[in-house]
Amino acid sequence: MNYQFNWSVLWSGQSGGWLLHGLLLTLAISVLAWVLAAVLGIVSGAMRTVPWKPLRVIATFYVEFFRNVPLLVWMFFWYFGVPPLLPRVVQDWLFNHSAEFWAGMFALGVYHGARMSEIIRAGILSIPRTQFEAAVAMGLTTFQVYRLIIVPIALRLIVPPATNDSLNLLKNSSVALTISVAELTFQARQVETYTAKAIEALTAGTVIYLVLCLGIAAIMTRVERRFAIPGLIARGG
Amino acid sequence: MAPPAIEFKSVSKWFGTHQVLTDIDLAIAPGEVVVVCGPSGSGKSTLIRCVNGLEPFQRGDLVVLGESIGRPGVSMSALRTRVGMVFQSFNLFPHMTVLENITLAPVRVRGLSAAEAEKTARTLLERVRIPDKAENYPANLSGGQQQRVAIARALAMQPKIMLFDEPTSALDPEMINEVLDVMTDLAKEGMTMMVVTHEMGFARRVAHRVVFMDAGRVVEEATPEVFFAAAKSDRAKDFLSKILSH
Ligand SMILES: Nc1ncnc2c1ncn2[C@@H]1O[C@H](COP(=O)(O)OP(=O)(O)OP(=O)(O)O)[C@@H](O)[C@H]1O
Ligand SMILES: [Mg+2]
Repeated sequence: MNYQFNWSVLWSGQSGGWLLHGLLLTLAISVLAWVLAAVLGIVSGAMRTVPWKPLRVIATFYVEFFRNVPLLVWMFFWYFGVPPLLPRVVQDWLFNHSAEFWAGMFALGVYHGARMSEIIRAGILSIPRTQFEAAVAMGLTTFQVYRLIIVPIALRLIVPPATNDSLNLLKNSSVALTISVAELTFQARQVETYTAKAIEALTAGTVIYLVLCLGIAAIMTRVERRFAIPGLIARGG
Repeated sequence: MAPPAIEFKSVSKWFGTHQVLTDIDLAIAPGEVVVVCGPSGSGKSTLIRCVNGLEPFQRGDLVVLGESIGRPGVSMSALRTRVGMVFQSFNLFPHMTVLENITLAPVRVRGLSAAEAEKTARTLLERVRIPDKAENYPANLSGGQQQRVAIARALAMQPKIMLFDEPTSALDPEMINEVLDVMTDLAKEGMTMMVVTHEMGFARRVAHRVVFMDAGRVVEEATPEVFFAAAKSDRAKDFLSKILSH
């Protein structure tokens, strides 16, 4: 083996700047997509459990449709497929304002929203039906019951699986490089191309993802403790 | 005579093809305390759950506080603010403190200010004899305390009728009386109450009338004195012999 390690390529020249930009873009696309996924997941997950069939059908359709198509296909769909359907002005605006970023963000958010939906639905179904009855028996409307009781309890119950999927979302944001979003993986490859140092470049990328994921997991553990329902989740004191 | 607070008129209900209530005729006067008893599966829960619309029924009519329910256009939410319900499994909201549990509906449904609602809630907690538990979470209360909070929570809506579905069945024996005492107070204050319970001591002391159900029918109704001393039907006698023997 005669590979010459040269770690200094990571901080000489433009590498550091590229990686930093990649990191920021990964964070931006992931955070926005996460918010979109959370909103879609909560709304559709709750809709799938309501005592009114049309809402259940709509939400089920959304989940099955988005869950069963590969993320890559969604990326292409939002980037190549959707813009031509939009009015000319919107298209022009988009292509002057990083269309690939918005397409990637939508693809990621909508795809993970469908997964989040499943998680939320499972959380809601684990709440005894009598909780719902007690709430409606006091005169709250179904919408109020969901907003004030069912969803808040479910969210507290699903922190571990939701964390898991949030990490998947972050990692899946790398798929956006296929529609040329210059996120972290894209930039790591750029470093590799310019320096011809594949191991160093990809190690840098790997370590950044690892640190991000561990950081998120640590934050979510604190969130879980902070919002734990007394008596229900007795973990780690 | 004042019109009944609750009036079942030939109410029948099916779950699929299985008939669980058959031609129920029953009128409950304002201020009356009615204990509903009967063997498991006889339809007691279903009966009282009809009163606040938790169970729809297919035939007959049910008039609650002057309103015929089960007809399209009747606002269930409005009715439910006037009918409180207490369940066997307490059903306090685990992510809210006792105070939050009690003030939720008064604020969200009746539109009270948080301060007014809290004031009422604290008074109610005194009434159910746990004034010092307002800031606790349900998980940190005993079963008896949780059930008393559930009663306070229902009372916070100032209901005209209170429904109880086996309120003491999930409790350890030493906690049953603290809940029954609160219910007894409530009965003395003139609340209209429909209580499904196997606590025959409570029925004897507090009820104005005992309704015995079997297989979806009201088989017998009588004052507690008559019911316990001289039940007419064999099924009621059989039921009583089983329940009083332990
Ligand atoms: N959601 C439901 N779907 C189908 N059948 C039901 C449902 N709820 C109750 N039943 C049936 O209706 C009948 C009456 O049930 P109900 O719960 O009213 O009885 P109960 O007198 O309250 O019994 P218990 O003393 O066990 O609480 C039973 O045969 C029961 O199996
Ligand atoms: Mg029952």
